[in-house]
Amino acid sequence: MTRRQLIGRVAALGLVLSQNPYGRTTQAGGLPLTELDDPTKKLGVFPGKIGTRSTFEKLEKTTSQTSSRSPLQDFHGTITPSDLHFERHHGGVPVIDPERYELIIHGMVEKPMKFSLHDLKRFPSVSRISFLECSGNYRGGNEKLTPQQICGLTSQSEWTGIMLSTLFREVGLKPKASWFLAEGGDAAVMTRSIPISKGLDDAMIVYAQNGEAVRPEQGYPARLFLPGWEGNTSVKWIRRIEVSDAPFMTREETSKYTERVKDGKIRQFSVVMDARSIITFPTYPQVVERGWIEIRGIAWSGRGRVTLVEISVDNGKNWYPARLQEPVLNKAHTGFRFLWQWDGRETVIMSRVYDDTGYRQPFLKELQDARASRGGYHFNPVTPWRLKPDGSVVLADAVPRIRSNRDK
Amino acid sequence: MYRNIFLFIVSFILLGCSSSIKTGDIRSYDTIDIGRVKEILLPQQALDSSWPESFGFGRSASKADIERWDIDVMPDGRGLPKGKGVAVAGRSIYLVKCASCHGQDGSGGTYDVLVSKKGKSIGTYWPYATTLFDYIRRTMPFNMPGSLKDEEVYHLTAYLLAANGLIDSVDVITQKNLPSVKMPALANFVIDDRKGGPEIK
Ligand code: HEC
Repeated sequence: MTRRQLIGRVAALGLVLSQNPYGRTTQAGGLPLTELDDPTKKLGVFPGKIGTRSTFEKLEKTTSQTSSRSPLQDFHGTITPSDLHFERHHGGVPVIDPERYELIIHGMVEKPMKFSLHDLKRFPSVSRISFLECSGNYRGGNEKLTPQQICGLTSQSEWTGIMLSTLFREVGLKPKASWFLAEGGDAAVMTRSIPISKGLDDAMIVYAQNGEAVRPEQGYPARLFLPGWEGNTSVKWIRRIEVSDAPFMTREETSKYTERVKDGKIRQFSVVMDARSIITFPTYPQVVERGWIEIRGIAWSGRGRVTLVEISVDNGKNWYPARLQEPVLNKAHTGFRFLWQWDGRETVIMSRVYDDTGYRQPFLKELQDARASRGGYHFNPVTPWRLKPDGSVVLADAVPRIRSNRDK
Repeated sequence: MYRNIFLFIVSFILLGCSSSIKTGDIRSYDTIDIGRVKEILLPQQALDSSWPESFGFGRSASKADIERWDIDVMPDGRGLPKGKGVAVAGRSIYLVKCASCHGQDGSGGTYDVLVSKKGKSIGTYWPYATTLFDYIRRTMPFNMPGSLKDEEVYHLTAYLLAANGLIDSVDVITQKNLPSVKMPALANFVIDDRKGGPEIK
């Protein structure tokens, strides 16, 4: 959206005053109330069976044939509204009747079993707030990119279901069990091999998302959920688990979801999502004014907790800690904020995260050098934004500078 | 304790596969005392004596239940059905059912390149021939997933292997010999060694 369009829209809506309490938009959009119907002079709408999003809010995913992306720049907080959760699937969204749904567990188990959805819901349940991110979640190379376009294949929900270990306990694992195949009931009959260790650690079979049944796009009526692991491994519409003594080497763990690294090697079973952060305000296509700006964003790690987010407002020369929003959860999007007074001169702002393994989010060039690769799966670089004197914001190039105030 | 077992498994993977991965090498569980597995399997709240030995929810899966869905094929050939295929028959099926999306000769189509000497293709990037059979049977053709008979899948597999120069054009592919087709890309595969910490990998 251009600034003119934006202001045009602000003029049309007027109400943006209270929706968007920062930046030039607000001031440019200050309009007399007389142009609007006065809501205090008109009876409102009565309660409904389903809540609605304000018609003034235009939240949308961007879609392609194979995926849709969450509008990260439009979110406040860290729970993704379920209808804006990103999508990636390989054979479309199936329609599955919950009455006919079954999950079969067989292979190297004592008792091969099948569970209806009703059966699954009878087991002791757990809830967990955790992100889900596609490993092919990096785009660059163009300054007019929004956070949604750069890394909109990450979303966060409260997932409810049962621990996979509860089901493994029910069927009994045989001594040789070391991997399992997770298979979906969609047209791709999606399959991934997962080490039993992950199955026993924090893997879940989830049937609910943000308090209601999992959405069809997210795996209705039940999916595997592997906290911190690349999204593809959290097989949706899960219908079968086969326990075995070796990985199955499915297409999605050989031809896809593997990446070229140094010396012509191809890295396989690179499943954990390394720590990443991104500023979501101010970013393209927003326009800001000089003065106080609260820089905002999200940070996360598939290996554990975010311990520190650092902000630079001078193109990477100096770094300062951002405020983290409590509670900081394990393997979860964590909100960060940094209050800053912009003098109106052109500069580059960026964030980088550290997690509790001591990992620091790398610059693009560091990743490219380490892997001898220009992009691909598992690219989680620092994302710098250039603020121009006219208040416009664009994606800037990463500057490979790694010293921090903390390191000095 | 989970962590120890995880590390244990990881180290096994790494030891077994320093240069390339052979399926048989990725073992780990066999040395864990099964008595302890029971204990591992108990999530925290289960250590509380209120958890029964078994909840008894769900029903036992019959052989027929399992066979209805159990279509996966492993690199050592487990799961392959009886049958055989040859490239020339595969080529005819390919032209009718696949070429519209993947190109007349496996490249230049709208979707994934299947045949080529450069870039990513079955010949240059796929580490196991069994994956090809599994994937085609599982989900191709994209617009009619799961519609192929096993015999057709064998022919198509033979054709795509031959077109990529991985087997001879007259070779007969069978349940027995598919797992031993040599895939040059296998030598390039390494297991992920990122593990957090300060190193960028
Ligand atoms: C309607 C279009 C269409 C037709 C027809 C079709 N495919 Fe595909 N094929 C695709 C798409 C799309 C993908 C990628 C799917 C994905 O990534 O999830 C694909 C992927 C593949 C792959 C995996 C490629 C890779 O490198 O990972 C193979 C192998 C394949 N197809 C074989 C076949 C065969 C054999 C046939 C004929 C029986 C066939 N396809 C017919 C669209 C098609």
